[in-house]
Amino acid sequence: MEFLFTHLVAKYNFWLYIVLMMIGLYAMIAKNNLIKKLVGMNIFQTAIILFYVSVGSKKGGTIPIIEHGAGHTPHGIDPAHYVNPLPHVLMLTAIVVSVSTFGVALALAIKIYQRYKTLEEDEILTRIRES
Amino acid sequence: MTENYPALLVVVPLLSAFAIYGCSWLHRKSCLPLALLGLAIPFFISIRLLKTVFINGHVSYHLGGWAPPWGIAYEIDPLNALVLLAVSTVAFINLIATSGQIERIFPDRKGAFYALYLLFIVGLLGIVVTGDLFNLYVLLEIASITGYSLIGMGNPDRAPLASLNYVFMGTIGACFYLLGVGYIYIMTGSLNMVDVKGLLPPLYHTSAIIVAFIFCLVGIMIKMGFFPLHFWLPNAYTYAPSPAASLIAPLMTKVMAYVMIRLIISVFSPSFAFSSIQISRGVVWLACIAIIVGAVMALSQRDVRRMLTYIIVSEMGYIVGGAWIGNATAMSGAVLHIINDVLMTFCVFLSLGAIARSTKGYQIENFSGLFKKIPVTMATFVVSGLSIIGIPPTCGFFSKWYLILGAIEGGHYGFIVVLLLSSLINIILFFRIFEEAFFVYPKTNAVHTEGEASIAIAETPFVTLIPLVLTAILLIFTGIYSGSLIALIIKPVVSAGLL
Repeated sequence: MEFLFTHLVAKYNFWLYIVLMMIGLYAMIAKNNLIKKLVGMNIFQTAIILFYVSVGSKKGGTIPIIEHGAGHTPHGIDPAHYVNPLPHVLMLTAIVVSVSTFGVALALAIKIYQRYKTLEEDEILTRIRES
Repeated sequence: MTENYPALLVVVPLLSAFAIYGCSWLHRKSCLPLALLGLAIPFFISIRLLKTVFINGHVSYHLGGWAPPWGIAYEIDPLNALVLLAVSTVAFINLIATSGQIERIFPDRKGAFYALYLLFIVGLLGIVVTGDLFNLYVLLEIASITGYSLIGMGNPDRAPLASLNYVFMGTIGACFYLLGVGYIYIMTGSLNMVDVKGLLPPLYHTSAIIVAFIFCLVGIMIKMGFFPLHFWLPNAYTYAPSPAASLIAPLMTKVMAYVMIRLIISVFSPSFAFSSIQISRGVVWLACIAIIVGAVMALSQRDVRRMLTYIIVSEMGYIVGGAWIGNATAMSGAVLHIINDVLMTFCVFLSLGAIARSTKGYQIENFSGLFKKIPVTMATFVVSGLSIIGIPPTCGFFSKWYLILGAIEGGHYGFIVVLLLSSLINIILFFRIFEEAFFVYPKTNAVHTEGEASIAIAETPFVTLIPLVLTAILLIFTGIYSGSLIALIIKPVVSAGLL
């Protein structure tokens, strides 16, 4: 029971991203349709984005905007009250990367479809072997 | 101006990539000069940087003036100045040599091709120069995504599928790396390499850091096509258009090997990588298997281009094995082999691209009688082949020599045996091509019509031939001067890192 609390419940965000990652990996390995593989790839990337986002957040933390800005006397700021913005900002870049990877992959899938008129990997492979 | 060189190195090709894409609509003729300019400037900057680093030591550039732990820093030491020079030289020479081919293969899409070409180089130069772990991921993906598209522009029957498989594997690799960086960030709260290196030692025993290291390593190994993770590599490089193949095949995998060495030396410490976690012997044995599998698979190919891709798999085994033996000699050998392998893989792919003009395909049978037909091009092919085998005056010999010395020092006798065995297999690989090209004459109707006189010399055009000959000379030149290269540049960095 104690194990359940310290490792499963308290760290549920890690388990969630591991489960998502495995779903993505399973789709990439086991699925035959190229688009399904691509969706698996996207789930895989999203899992890592969620991991970073969950790492940055804090219990009771607020958005990292300092209210008493210019014109006020400088206050001591306790970083424990604010969500860590850095992982979130990093993930904006990672989202861009994953979108562009997905775009390139879809373009390649279109080219494959134009050539073989199918997106099932085994059918494409048999066509290649026949030719 | 001079102090902004590290930033210009990345910014100049980036901006020219956009300018080229704009030009492809407005004024198509200016695409090529712009691309040449966009690569010539990084080439000269990297020469200057090597000189500066050599005189003043380490150069650190803070982007936007933000001090390192918060901002992104570009760090240049002799090691990456050398890799920078290799990358920018190959990119520049390859563009000159293959420009005619590019104009012929992609008459209507050349703007896109040049833009992707330059973005690929932006990614690689950035990877080499950056001192920030997350920045490295972003640039890695820039290089990979442009690499996928360049490969996808090849043979329409096979290239898109090969490229898509590369996308799947490459993305898994990049994600693993990102995950590793995430763990490092959780534990240290920093992404700057120098800062992380300072913060890590008290955390070396924690499982999070060990897992982080393994994740980063596996990610990088997928990207470099290290043995059990190499399945994307042969197809992707075989079906790529040949100007892209001679760019991507030498650079991508080797830059990834550089990243691995950078991670070992300047993010984690060699003592952590080689002794705290007990994987170094295992990795060296895996490298041995990689070398043998690469060589044997190469032996079973009839297609010369495919054979060369398996040789790359085997060469990656040399570099990874050399790096993981874990002493300064073997590590210097691995670094020298990165440089040499960039040059010789480049030379062999470039000459293969030039040879393909006068053959019908890449099968070994197509090579018959080529020495008569294109003597100079074949000579450069022979030089690069000899270098891959490791015949003394060429550079391949010297890096293998250091690898063997390091392996003796480290007591990895299996690695020595495998290295010698694969060199022997390489001899067979290349001499069966030389034999075909030198002694066998094409049988087709040569007998009854004009006889051997019909084989006209149809040498490669000068715009390709001169860079090619230059690269072949560079192979020998690097070989002769590899002693001073090791003593002056590689050894100081490596032993400073390893002690």
